[in-house]
Amino acid sequence: MRKKERKLVVTFHTTADAMAMEKTCRELDVPGRLIPVPREISAGCGLAWCAPLTEREHLSAVMAEHGIEQEALHECML
Amino acid sequence: MIYMDNAATTLHKPDAVKAAVLAAFDTMGNAGRGASEPALDASRVIYGAREKLAHFFNAESPSRIVFTANSTESLNIAIKGLFCPGDHVITTVLEHNSVLRPLYECQERGVELSILGCDEKGNISYKETESAVKENTKAVVCTHASNVTGNMIDLTKVGEIAKRHGLLFVVDASQTAGVWPVDVQNQRIDVLCFTGHKGLLGPQGTGGMYVRTGVSIRPLLLGGSGIDTYNPHHPSQMPTALEAGTLNGHGIAGLGAAVAYLEETGLDMIREKELSLMRRFYEGISTIPGIKIYGDFSTRKRAAIVSFNIRDYDSSEVSDELNVEYGIVTRPGAHCAPLMHKALGTVEQGAVRFSFSHYNTEEEVETAIRAVEELALDAAL
Repeated sequence: MRKKERKLVVTFHTTADAMAMEKTCRELDVPGRLIPVPREISAGCGLAWCAPLTEREHLSAVMAEHGIEQEALHECML
Repeated sequence: MIYMDNAATTLHKPDAVKAAVLAAFDTMGNAGRGASEPALDASRVIYGAREKLAHFFNAESPSRIVFTANSTESLNIAIKGLFCPGDHVITTVLEHNSVLRPLYECQERGVELSILGCDEKGNISYKETESAVKENTKAVVCTHASNVTGNMIDLTKVGEIAKRHGLLFVVDASQTAGVWPVDVQNQRIDVLCFTGHKGLLGPQGTGGMYVRTGVSIRPLLLGGSGIDTYNPHHPSQMPTALEAGTLNGHGIAGLGAAVAYLEETGLDMIREKELSLMRRFYEGISTIPGIKIYGDFSTRKRAAIVSFNIRDYDSSEVSDELNVEYGIVTRPGAHCAPLMHKALGTVEQGAVRFSFSHYNTEEEVETAIRAVEELALDAAL
């Protein structure tokens, strides 16, 4: 297994929301990727956006600006 | 072969549609099921198609676009999921069985139904539509264009009536999507049902619906959703609320490519070509003795359909002759729109339906006119 570090994990209600997140982040060159939701998080959608901790404010701004609805924002050792 | 049965399904699809379906077979996993590259690829392609369709119909968000197998499934979801005993629903004689049969089932369960008639040309009256509204009226459900005559219903007018009386407006765009623009916001459409394999030029087994934000539909199917596994109920968030089970990802890849083709080509070009072919065919056969054409050709606002009969000939025989002797593909008989045939007096005879695509050519239309002329003059048939 890879060495774990603390990361941001954004969860969503639907797969469509998760895909909107990935598309927007790719277009804006925002770092991160879709991962399966870690088991310590209870989430609706099975996909989550995983990003470095330093991206917290950036991600929140991107989601607000592009109308992407998140379920929750977590920090996890991944 | 000259294919002129495009109201049944469009045979010729853009190359990009075929390429997208083939590519999907090499790359697609199951959308929303895990974060592996194949699963994500499927999710991306499906989301891309959702975005394209949302833009195409001017939906407020891609999450309001639901994928189904066809218009029939979309209409069943809408009609069975919206109405309750005691509700009153207004529809028209122009409708296809995919509207009428779910409505009849609702009627058996206590939904009140008013079916608006039409004039001799097959047009509904908007005044009559408004006067049919009652205290318990919940919705107007209507087609954008008759699949028998090609006559259109003015969605803006009906949408205004629905808005004025606080009714839901459910539209069957099977015969127009991909040819006539549909703007769900400007036309005040609450639920739009469409199929992928006709004017949208996508694969069979694809279709969908737009559901306005705030409109809640009881799902027809419950099951796997890729989300909220431990919830005993199916998730209520759109679009998942109305999409249970694995989607037709390969087909949706093709549908997305088809919508991109339509946007690039332009509906204006497609529509002008179809209508000009239809007009030439109509003018070419309308002067032939013994031909009776159904529908209203006094307006340009119609689907590219010409349905007719030759004298009292069986429409099936005429269609078969066209197929066998001339290689021209049409549809005869009853076109799954029983009330339209009753209104036109064609229950026994049916009608021969020619329906055009922008892929048809002027030469094909001239050949078709000559074929109809020969059949009409052939007393031996």
